[in-house]
Amino acid sequence: MTGDRSRLTMILLMAPLLIWLTALIFIPHAEMFLVSMREKVGVRQYEFGFANYATFFNEPLYWNTFVRTALMSVAATALTLVIGFPVAYYIAKMTRGRSKTILFLLCLIPFWVSELVRTYGWMILLRESGLFSGLLQYVGLASQPIEFLYNDAAIMVGLVYTSMLFMVVPLVTTLDSLDDSMIEAGYDLGGTGVSIWREIVIPHAMPGIVSGCIVVFMLSLGNYLTPILLGGKDSLWFTGLIYTQFITRFNWEQGAAFGFLLLALSSFIVWAGLKLSGQTLSRTMGR
Amino acid sequence: MAEATADLECRGINKDFGTFRAVNDVSFAVPPGTFFSILGPSGCGKTTLLRMAAGFLEPTSGDLLIKGRSMLNVPPNKRPVSMVFQHLALFPMMDVAANIGFGLRRRGEPREDIARKVDAVLARVGLPDVGSRRIEQLSGGQKQRIAIARCMVLEPDVLLLDEPLGALDLKLREHMKVELKQLQSEFNTTFVYITHDQSEALVMSDQIAVMNHGVFEQVGGARELYYDPKTAFVAGFVGDSNRFSGTIESIRGGKLKARTPSGFAMTGTSAADGLSKGDSVDIFVRPEAVRLALSKPPVSKLANATAGTVDSILFNGANSRVLVRDEATKNEIDVAIPQTGEFAGLKRGDKVYIGWDADQTRCFAAGKS
Repeated sequence: MTGDRSRLTMILLMAPLLIWLTALIFIPHAEMFLVSMREKVGVRQYEFGFANYATFFNEPLYWNTFVRTALMSVAATALTLVIGFPVAYYIAKMTRGRSKTILFLLCLIPFWVSELVRTYGWMILLRESGLFSGLLQYVGLASQPIEFLYNDAAIMVGLVYTSMLFMVVPLVTTLDSLDDSMIEAGYDLGGTGVSIWREIVIPHAMPGIVSGCIVVFMLSLGNYLTPILLGGKDSLWFTGLIYTQFITRFNWEQGAAFGFLLLALSSFIVWAGLKLSGQTLSRTMGR
Repeated sequence: MAEATADLECRGINKDFGTFRAVNDVSFAVPPGTFFSILGPSGCGKTTLLRMAAGFLEPTSGDLLIKGRSMLNVPPNKRPVSMVFQHLALFPMMDVAANIGFGLRRRGEPREDIARKVDAVLARVGLPDVGSRRIEQLSGGQKQRIAIARCMVLEPDVLLLDEPLGALDLKLREHMKVELKQLQSEFNTTFVYITHDQSEALVMSDQIAVMNHGVFEQVGGARELYYDPKTAFVAGFVGDSNRFSGTIESIRGGKLKARTPSGFAMTGTSAADGLSKGDSVDIFVRPEAVRLALSKPPVSKLANATAGTVDSILFNGANSRVLVRDEATKNEIDVAIPQTGEFAGLKRGDKVYIGWDADQTRCFAAGKS
């Protein structure tokens, strides 16, 4: 009786998660996979085969975009880490009480508006008739309007800005758990700032670094809006290709194959990152 | 006392935090090879003092010297002192050998020298085979020894210890007290140890400074502090005491008579100069200084004699006490039970006679502490 009751409770508690996993993750992916394995041989005629994947490898534009997206995402992740670490360290270790809360909130505020508005904000600043261009002309550093948009640097700026919070939060959490006396002990034993960071602070923060990097990398790789809006037509972001296949060309088969390739890519890079840093998924994400 | 060769010397050290003076004009010198304790309640400024010695805080005024060299504006990583932190602060991301070798690596010593020194210091603290273990695999006592080894391998002039025994359970703490003292004599290094636990200070120290409200109340050996406290605070803080208040009725030389609020005339000794007739005093009598008897004659010759009934018996083996409700002072008096067997049958409600000598009745001007 009680066994049945507790079983029922457990099923009910698990139900939302299970429904979510099956309906929104498992079924669409299974369906997508099946779609990606269909070769179009005629009008409404399909055969089972790898033709969609073969197209990807035979067309340099596709895999060039694929590699470019991966490298740009890795670079964006690294840049976010380099900028986010000092910020997180400052919030976690140098501030106390109210100012800590305020700083944390300041990191959060950009996320109160939609990504579209945030990206549009960058466009206002960076476009040819925008603020930066006008300012440079005003102070006399430029003689004519400068277009800052529609290049890789603009994409990078947008990606880093969008992901910053997801890097700072896990870093603040792990750095918070670093006892101040560890750092003091490091100084006391003759350590300098550099050696203490290298041997104590960074090893301690490693799980936070890795989990922040995983989240930021996945967000960048799967980002659509920022690269397209800030990078323009030449952005060559892989999600853009997927969008084109699905929406513009109605080639769902090709789009699904691209989707699966992106999934494989992100899984591989996360796995490689974990192996390189000597961390495990359970240690970094299970905190 | 201030010899030129003192390992650690403070000259008129002050430390202010805003308008609050945490350390007030403290001067002392610790001779080489001494186990020096700073004993005081929490918030008395002892941690501030220790952190100034380690270099994490700069004194507001005054000078701090190590081996005769002024340490003002010398950062912690350049000072010849090492500190054992309250929670030890061993680095969990490194194994034991890497922890101990941290300071040596910072000095840029060759790898083989580091390995040799680490092995040597591990042997000296009695843990020769733990070098490759991780910190979380060590027991509380082992961590303690590793924390000391990590400092001692650098051969500091002074080792600072910030209540490192606080986190241990009672049994281990008792054991580590003896062990710390042994380690100190083995390394023959000056230890400066801060604690709020008087028994830690009394057992281990050669010299103890009792600190309260940012000032040193008294500096001396354990016996001196226990038997000859110079201030009411020291008398109350070091060891147990029965405490009475009273007003001086007569005073001649060191001897005085004080009347308690209940009307009992207590004969005592003034522990400080400057007491005069009419002053309020705090009177301290140690539990073991009170003579306990089942009949009147043994106590009647003592300067202060009274009688009372047993309120409760606090049995604790050799340290057993009896709380006597005294008729004369209306106080509850804590009396050590002599372990002669005579009082083995003592029980609640028994009538007993108690008395204590004037020499053991120490009077201080009231109002301080």
